[in-house]
Amino acid sequence: MLPETTVAELEQIAARYPEKRSGLLPMLHLVQSVEGRVTPEGIETCAEILEISPAEVSGVATFYTMYKRKPVGDYHVGVCTNTLCAVMGGDEIFARLKDHLDVGNDETTEEAPGKKSITLEHLECNAACDYAPVMMVNWEFMDNQTPDSAVTVVDDLRAGKEVTSTRGPRICTWREAERVLAGFPDGRVDEGPAAGEASLLGLRIAEDRGWTAPSADASGETGTEPTTAEGAAEEADTARAETETKQQEAADE
Amino acid sequence: MSDVNTLTPVLTKDWGTDRSWTLPVYESRGGYASLKKALTMAQDDIIAAVKDSGLRGRGGAGFPTGMKWSFIPQDNPKPKYLVVNADESEPGTCKDTPLMMASPHVLVEGVIISSFAIRANTAFIYIRGEILHVIRRVQAAVAEAYAAGHLGKNIHGSGYDLDVVVHAGAGAYICGEETALLEGLEGRRGQPRLRPPFPAVAGLYASPTVINNVESIASVPSIIEHGAEWFSSMGTEKSKGYGIFSLSGHVTRPGQYEAPLGITLRELIDLSGGMREGHRLKFWTPGGSSTPLLTDEHLDLPLDFEGMAGAGTMLGTRAIQLFDETTCVVRAVLRWTEFYKHESCGKCTPCREGTWWLVQTLAAIERGEGSEADLDLLLDQCENILGRSFCALGDGATSPISSSIQYFRDEYVAHLTHGGCPLDPAASTVWGSSLTRSGA
Repeated sequence: MLPETTVAELEQIAARYPEKRSGLLPMLHLVQSVEGRVTPEGIETCAEILEISPAEVSGVATFYTMYKRKPVGDYHVGVCTNTLCAVMGGDEIFARLKDHLDVGNDETTEEAPGKKSITLEHLECNAACDYAPVMMVNWEFMDNQTPDSAVTVVDDLRAGKEVTSTRGPRICTWREAERVLAGFPDGRVDEGPAAGEASLLGLRIAEDRGWTAPSADASGETGTEPTTAEGAAEEADTARAETETKQQEAADE
Repeated sequence: MSDVNTLTPVLTKDWGTDRSWTLPVYESRGGYASLKKALTMAQDDIIAAVKDSGLRGRGGAGFPTGMKWSFIPQDNPKPKYLVVNADESEPGTCKDTPLMMASPHVLVEGVIISSFAIRANTAFIYIRGEILHVIRRVQAAVAEAYAAGHLGKNIHGSGYDLDVVVHAGAGAYICGEETALLEGLEGRRGQPRLRPPFPAVAGLYASPTVINNVESIASVPSIIEHGAEWFSSMGTEKSKGYGIFSLSGHVTRPGQYEAPLGITLRELIDLSGGMREGHRLKFWTPGGSSTPLLTDEHLDLPLDFEGMAGAGTMLGTRAIQLFDETTCVVRAVLRWTEFYKHESCGKCTPCREGTWWLVQTLAAIERGEGSEADLDLLLDQCENILGRSFCALGDGATSPISSSIQYFRDEYVAHLTHGGCPLDPAASTVWGSSLTRSGA
C-alpha cells in the first residue's frame, strides 16, 4: 500500500483537471517519486482513484519512456545519442560511461557501500542542440560535455558530492525530480541563470550592432493571409493538412 | 546591410536580464501591459489582429494562428480550451525550451490573451517531462500570475475567469502531434486521433480546442502591444514576423538567433562565426529532422515557408542542424530513422512496420552489405509510408532518407563498395577537430 499522504496527493493531482483521468501522467510521476519506479501497488492506487482498470493504467505506464518498471538509481543519467549529439560526440560519451560504470543501456550500477547508484540511459533529442553534446542528470541540463567531463560528473554523483547543472540548479535526486514533475515545486526555481551563453548569442550580437525589432510605428501589409481554410492549408507546410481540410469541408457539406 | 536590423529580438530580448523569469522583472520591462490592453478589446478584435498580423504557427506546419482561433464554434455550448504544445521534441529543435526557461511570463501572458480571445476558461501548458528546470520556471510563473491577479477569477475586474494547468509529459515524441498530445492530456497512451473531427470542433474532452505552439502563443502579446501592421512589417510576403532560428552542429557558435522570417542561412552562418575552422558545410536541416535535407547549394534561399517549399523541403521549426564534410550522411540518416522507429506509436501499420523495415535496410547499407538495388528498395519503402500513415510522424521518417539519397547517392554507394563507412566518426566530434571550437 502507498502511504496515506501519497494517496491524498494523488487525489489532489486528479482534482486539478476538469476530468480526473487527465491527472494520470503526473500521478505516475508521483508514484515514481515515492516508489522509485511504477509499481503494481502504484498502478492499483491510480486505477482506484481514477475509476479505471489497472490494465488501462498499465497501458499508459508502458507507453511513455520516462516511466520505469525496474528500480531507478539515486540519479538518472541520460546521454543524447540522436543524430546531432551523436555526431558531435554523444556516442563516445555514452560508450565511455557504459564502460566506466560497467552497465548497459537502461541499467543501474550495483549497490556499493558509501556510493550512490546511477541508472544510465541513452536519450533522444532533449531540446538543447546548441549545447551539443548534451547529457541530462535527472532531467537537468549538463551542456557541452566531453567523455572526460561526463566521467567526472558521474564520479561526483556516485561519491555524493554536490553537482550543479551547467544551466540550472543543484541536482536533486531522481525521486525528488519526479515529485516536481508531478506538480509539487521544490523551491529550486530561482537557482541557475536565465539562459546559457548559446541561447544569448543572437541577442548579444544584436545589442553590439544596435539591431532591434522595428519601432511601434512600423507598418507592413496586413490581411495577406488566405481567406479560406483550404487556401491556408495549401500554403501550410504539410500536404497532410491540405488533405484533411478538404476532408473536413467534404464532411461539413 | 548596415542599416538593416538583421536580428530582431522580441521573444529573446529579456533573456540576458538578471532574474528575467520572475514577475517583477517581466513587469518592469513592460510585461502584462498587453494583457491589460487586450482585456479592454472586443474578443473578436483580438482574433482579427492576430489574423491580420499574418502570424503562422511556429510549431512547424505554418497554419495561420488567427484562422485556427476563428474555427472555434462559439455557438457550441461546451467549454472551450486552449492547449499549449510545449512538447518540444523534434530533433534539432531547441527554441521553446530556452524561451520558457528565461521568459516564462511572455508565454503565460500570451496564454491569457489567447484564451480570452477564444473564450476559454481553462488552459493547459503541456511541457515535455524531460526539461525539469523549464517546468519549474513555468510552474512558478503561473503561480506568480495567480498571485498578481493575472489569472483566476474576474481578472483585473474584467469579469473574465481563467485557470491554467501546467502538465508534465512523460517521454513520447509523438505527443508533439496535436491529437496525440490531447490523448496524453486525457491520461491515455499518446496515439494520434483520426481527423475529422478536428480539435477546433472536438478536441480535449470532445470540446472545441485550440492547440498552439509555445512560440506562436508567446508572439501574441507583442502583436497586441504594437499592432498587426508592426508584426507584418517584418518577414516576407506570406511569412510575416520574426522567429527564433536555432543553429546547432558544426558552426563556430551554435545558438539562438531571432530574426525576421526570410533571413538566409548564409547570413545566419556569418553571424555565428562561420563553419568551424577548416571545414565546410555538407548538409543541413532547415527545420528539424522531419524536413528534407538541403546542401551548400541552398545557402541563399530565404528561410520562410515559401522559400523552403520551393526547395522541396519545409521551414518546420527553424531547427537548423549543420553538418560539415566529416559527417557521414548515411550514419546521420540511420540514427534519425532509428529514432522514428523508436517513437512510432504503433497505431498504424505503414509507420509501425515501415519504420522497422527502413532501419533494417539502412543499417545493412551502412555496414556495407547489400547492393545498389537496396537504395531503390528504400525509396519504395518510403513511398509506401509517405501519405499512408495516420499522422505526420511517418511522413517525417521518410524525409531524411529520400532527400539524402537525392543529394548523396554516391555516398550510399561508397558504403557498399568500401564494405562499410568510409569516414571516421571521431573526426566529426567537437574534440575530434584539429582546431578547438571557440564557443565550446
